Amino acid sequence: MTSEQQYIDLFTRHEETVCRHASPVMNALRANALSCFKQSGFPIAGSEDYTHTDVGQAFAPDCGVNINRLAFAVNPYDVFRCDVPNLSTALYFMVNDAFYDKELPKVAFPQGVYVGGLKNFTLLYPEIAARYYGKAANAGTDGIIALNTMLVQDGFVVYVPKGIAVERPIQLINIARSNTALLANRRMLVILEEHASAKLLVCDHSTDDVRFLATQVAEIFSAEGAAFDYYDLEESSESTARFSSVHVKQAAASNVLVNGITLHNGLSRNNYYIELEGEHAEATLCAMSVLDKRQQADTYSRIIHAAPHCTSNELVKNVVNEQASAIFSGRVRVEKDAQKTQASQTNRNLCLTREARVYGKPQLEIYADDVKCSHGMSTGQLDEQALFYMQSRCISKEDARMMLSVAFTADVVEHIRLDILKDRLHTLVEKRFRGELAKCSGCKLTHG
Amino acid sequence: MLDIKNIHASINGKKILKGINLSIKAGEVHAIMGPNGSGKSTLSSILVGNPAFEVTEGEIYFNGKDLLQLSPEERSCEGLFLCFQYPVEIPGVSMVNFMRAAVNGHRKYRGLEPLSASDFLKLMREKRAIVELDNKLASRSVNEGFSGGEKKRNEIFQMAMLEPKLAILDEMDSGLDIDALRIVANGVNQLRTPENAAIVITHYQRLLDYIKPDIVHVLSKGRIVRSGGAELALELEEKGYDWIKD
Repeated sequence: MTSEQQYIDLFTRHEETVCRHASPVMNALRANALSCFKQSGFPIAGSEDYTHTDVGQAFAPDCGVNINRLAFAVNPYDVFRCDVPNLSTALYFMVNDAFYDKELPKVAFPQGVYVGGLKNFTLLYPEIAARYYGKAANAGTDGIIALNTMLVQDGFVVYVPKGIAVERPIQLINIARSNTALLANRRMLVILEEHASAKLLVCDHSTDDVRFLATQVAEIFSAEGAAFDYYDLEESSESTARFSSVHVKQAAASNVLVNGITLHNGLSRNNYYIELEGEHAEATLCAMSVLDKRQQADTYSRIIHAAPHCTSNELVKNVVNEQASAIFSGRVRVEKDAQKTQASQTNRNLCLTREARVYGKPQLEIYADDVKCSHGMSTGQLDEQALFYMQSRCISKEDARMMLSVAFTADVVEHIRLDILKDRLHTLVEKRFRGELAKCSGCKLTHG
Repeated sequence: MLDIKNIHASINGKKILKGINLSIKAGEVHAIMGPNGSGKSTLSSILVGNPAFEVTEGEIYFNGKDLLQLSPEERSCEGLFLCFQYPVEIPGVSMVNFMRAAVNGHRKYRGLEPLSASDFLKLMREKRAIVELDNKLASRSVNEGFSGGEKKRNEIFQMAMLEPKLAILDEMDSGLDIDALRIVANGVNQLRTPENAAIVITHYQRLLDYIKPDIVHVLSKGRIVRSGGAELALELEEKGYDWIKD
């Protein structure tokens, strides 16, 4: 319990301060989170769900936690000045783990819609917040969620009441900014009532080269007939370790797309939990990573079909270069009553060097008898014949490799249902392969 | 233009070519015929530098340059072009991106700026017409889901875009119906000039009705066993390959 103790001490010593800068709804879950954390600790490296990621080691260094909510001297709108005006998103920032409310975009959302900080939301609408907060992400699931629930003080909320369609895409930029090693605990809550819809793009950036450690827990509730697109783009630094878990609960006939793209990172663990609880719900989960040096992306998913006639499609692709490693562990579980389920799970990897590593564990668990499910995993190299064909047309080997690698990831980008973002990402992925995204290049990208 | 001297080549240690000598001048069309396994495709593969094949002896000069010292992309830039017998499908790479990279690769080699987007698209349009390819081609992935005929037409289209000095057509007629063959052969003929040359590799005389060769070579067991005028192809068609084997 060496890694854990410092966080337990931190919380018990400063519980009052942590709570004072948060809200009663958030504080109500801390005691349970603490006892869960004490009991489970961090997931053990080598255990079934964490075969290749050593969480304890990542959390062992003494990182600062900004429990006193000191403001960091940064105006994100200055740091991330937009190159091209007329950007189509409503843009918000979180600096480390605090929602930036000094300056907010002037957007007239339909009445009743809330887009903004979590602390504020839970103070303004405690009853709604209490109905959802912590209800999808259980502190008992694993030690990282417990730690997050215990220490979190702010986050981001999208709340769309019944029948409202938020047309304008919402964008949240998480900026990690610090002069010393820092642990940020972020939380996200997305509530879509019946037949509501919204699109959210979250960009994760680190602006300094100090060690950043982040836990982020996203809870997404999609009521009957609601539709939600969630794009999570990580473009951080090699000294960043990010532990993210996304929890989606879908009611009947809802449609949720989760697309997680790791363009540049250090160590990333991305957990996805999707529960299809009502009939005819549809979930699409896409993830991709482009890795080199010693970068690691560990994708873990649990998709549960709990109701009949639901559809889930999962597509995870990794391109692994140099000494990097990619891990995939996905399970689709079809409950006894979930007849007529259609589920597909695909994991494909390009392993470009002898030193690169790919580990995969695709799993299906089916208890119903009238379902259509498939899963597959493959790991390979670039097609030598295609390489030669391109070379014989005067495309240099280097360019040919780049074009084939970009092509490999193209279908994940194609799943994006926001044209402007799709175009940007095609360009960004290409830049990444050209080595032009050596580190975070700011959010010009998503705006430009 | 091309001088092949005593070339020996093998694949996976198996000797295929056993001393090929061949000389091609600008403006000429040479046909290479021969039974299965005689080494026709190996010859085309080593000319463009396919790494699966190893040249164990001999030399090849192309416009005075030592061809065997050049990478496949340099050979392309120097003006060599192979119409693949089996064009490769490349899912996710669009024809337009593929061709732009190819054309600009050539331009870079010659010290020219990349073509502007509008000039490039204009060039695509112009060359596409030669082989009657439709305009949906640009957005499709390279050869993916193309019919046999479309793949071959696409090869000739690429050839038209890159304007090679020496084109090697490897069994261009395989898998083509009469109409497609006519379109492809017409395309090749339109691209003929007194400055360029072609090697036409084929099993059958049929293709040579459309593309008239100046010289016909017969390859057998890794050697050229007979060379002659266009009439040699007709004679072969009539008598079969057994005739030249002994």
